[in-house]
Amino acid sequence: MTEKMNKPGQRICVFGDYRNYFQNRVTLQLLARARELAPAIGAEVCAVVFGSQVSEYVCEYIAHGAQTVYVADDPVLKDYCVETYLFLAEHLIRQYRPDIFLIGATDFGREFAPRVAKRLKTGLTADCIGLEINADGLLVQTAPSFGGNLIATIITPEKRPQMATVRPGTFKELPHNDAAAGRIVSIPVPSDLPIPRVRLVHSERKPPREQRIEDAGIVICGGRGMGSRTKFKKLFEMARLMGAEVGATRPVVHSHWADHDCLVGQAGKNIHPRILFSLGVSGAIQHTAAIHDADLIIAINKNPNAAMMKMADVAIVADAGQFCSAMIRELKNRIRE
Amino acid sequence: MMDSPMLKLVVCVKQVPMVSELPWDSKTGTLKRNMAEGMMNPACKHALEAALEIKNSHGAHITTLSMGPPMAEEILRESLAMGADRSILLTDPRMAGADTLITSYTLAHAIAKECPDFDLILCGCQTSDSETAQVGPQLAEELDIPAVAYVKQVEIAGRRVRMQRESDDFLETLEMDMPGLITVSTAGYPPRYVSLCGLQLAFEAGDIVRRSMDDIGLESADVGMQASPTRILDVYSSIARKKNIVLKGTPKKSVETLFDQFGDKLSGVMAKDLKTHDHDRNDDDREDE
Ligand SMILES: Cc1cc2nc3c(=O)[nH]c(=O)nc-3n(C[C@H](O)[C@H](O)[C@H](O)COP(=O)(O)OP(=O)(O)OC[C@H]3O[C@@H](n4cnc5c(N)ncnc54)[C@H](O)[C@@H]3O)c2cc1C
Repeated sequence: MTEKMNKPGQRICVFGDYRNYFQNRVTLQLLARARELAPAIGAEVCAVVFGSQVSEYVCEYIAHGAQTVYVADDPVLKDYCVETYLFLAEHLIRQYRPDIFLIGATDFGREFAPRVAKRLKTGLTADCIGLEINADGLLVQTAPSFGGNLIATIITPEKRPQMATVRPGTFKELPHNDAAAGRIVSIPVPSDLPIPRVRLVHSERKPPREQRIEDAGIVICGGRGMGSRTKFKKLFEMARLMGAEVGATRPVVHSHWADHDCLVGQAGKNIHPRILFSLGVSGAIQHTAAIHDADLIIAINKNPNAAMMKMADVAIVADAGQFCSAMIRELKNRIRE
Repeated sequence: MMDSPMLKLVVCVKQVPMVSELPWDSKTGTLKRNMAEGMMNPACKHALEAALEIKNSHGAHITTLSMGPPMAEEILRESLAMGADRSILLTDPRMAGADTLITSYTLAHAIAKECPDFDLILCGCQTSDSETAQVGPQLAEELDIPAVAYVKQVEIAGRRVRMQRESDDFLETLEMDMPGLITVSTAGYPPRYVSLCGLQLAFEAGDIVRRSMDDIGLESADVGMQASPTRILDVYSSIARKKNIVLKGTPKKSVETLFDQFGDKLSGVMAKDLKTHDHDRNDDDREDE
């Protein structure tokens, strides 16, 4: 039962999750991180793609760092299907024995990965926010728990592959490189592919709706310290530039500087941003209890001793309105379109 | 089969600490888990509610199953108060420290032993403590039954289960035949309210069936931490590890420092390319106001 499936240092595989390609860049982010980790274990970075007419994605993955792409391209793979993909993934992994298998923590990834791990009887860490290789050549996986209050580092010492699902936005993708070369390995789809026991009756894309603050990767929260309704409005410009959503504290909503929809806290919404900007917010528990999992909290307050400043990664002592203006100018200068 | 026998549902429930009251010892850097007050994991409660609604409309026998320390009995009593028919507590110190692979293995054994003729297993889609969302799908693999995660709505017609869910911006309708497993999201089935009096009664009456490892036919080597493929190296409080860099000076200067130190992180989450260094431009240095 404890037999190792592999000697370390051959392949890092990344699952090609292309279903929401333009919204979700997690596969590209994982390829980039895999390229950074690979030299430490002398591994090659591979993408795994299942689908029908997916050559476009295969090329994209190569342009973003994949050195080899294993691709099963067949009309029967047209729909995302956990059971079919499981069957293919299990066989592919048993054949190529990657040392590491990384999967984006999308809804699909988080349903698919645990079942792959179960079939291979290996370990899996969920929703990682950090990946490193340690001195023993093992993948050290950093994962939050208790709503981000606790962070655990986890390894899978014996079993292979070492598996992790990784939260979108954790790593930065490599720039698109048309000149990059990669090997494409075609995976035959067996004729005895098992018939899925779960049948997809109907599937439709949700109407494109405004990003909700609950799902936003970046939230910019303004408090009473923004000073006025006019200054509060500048937060929306900053948010537009960053693709962020604006949140507010209760006094702000009561003064009608922002809609009740923006209220973050016990009486409002729970948020899980990767990055939180908190401007002119004191940090009352009724507000902060609704902030989960933020990896980076940037607080701006005149008062360095405000509770919000104490719980921040970066506490900036400044006028909230002036900071917001400076931020907008800097973003306009730096963003490459 | 003759006339359809009553549906047998199994709901897996977990006791989790109340996050807001997480007692963290900042001196030793450890979690005082024994001091944390427990509650039924929210998603598990939604799963139980889904089972109760099936019971209301079709008639069903509901078994709730929990693996945990003896004090997890509290949430099983709560499940009886909500309307479950039978509760099983899998408790054995040797099971402690299991990761999801081994937890699903252990639960599968308990189900095979205690309710082998189940029709549908319902789990919460994820727990509020470890948040892995892995046990449900892995349990289905272990039992070799069809499964769907993040279910928002479920209907049963004969042996067929029809489910609705949202997955990565798609609204999906799926079907499978029983026996099967679903993990229930918190988007549907708001749990019913149990009156204090009902809770009180459940605590006085109602037997909880206790099972140890030996009862379900497992050996020490198969369960708990030693059987688990993953190892936890370290656990720390995210707040204790916050860098808490303090920046003073003009807003412009602070903004520049922010981009210098966290530009990669910002551009990664924004999914936009940012120029990395841009100090030597000399556009207006004024701040507004
Ligand atoms: C039952 C109950 C439920 C509640 N629910 C919620 C809820 O859901 N959400 C919520 O937000 N609140 C809620 N509250 C209110 C909460 O307790 C706080 O009162 C509120 O969060 C404070 O908002 P604030 O930080 O914007 O304002 P304040 O506490 O007034 O803080 C303003 C901050 O801005 C700083 N500041 C002032 N001027 C400047 C400047 N020029 N530049 C920079 N910083 C400046 C100050 O130093 C201060 O830290 C609830 C309260 C109760 C009793």
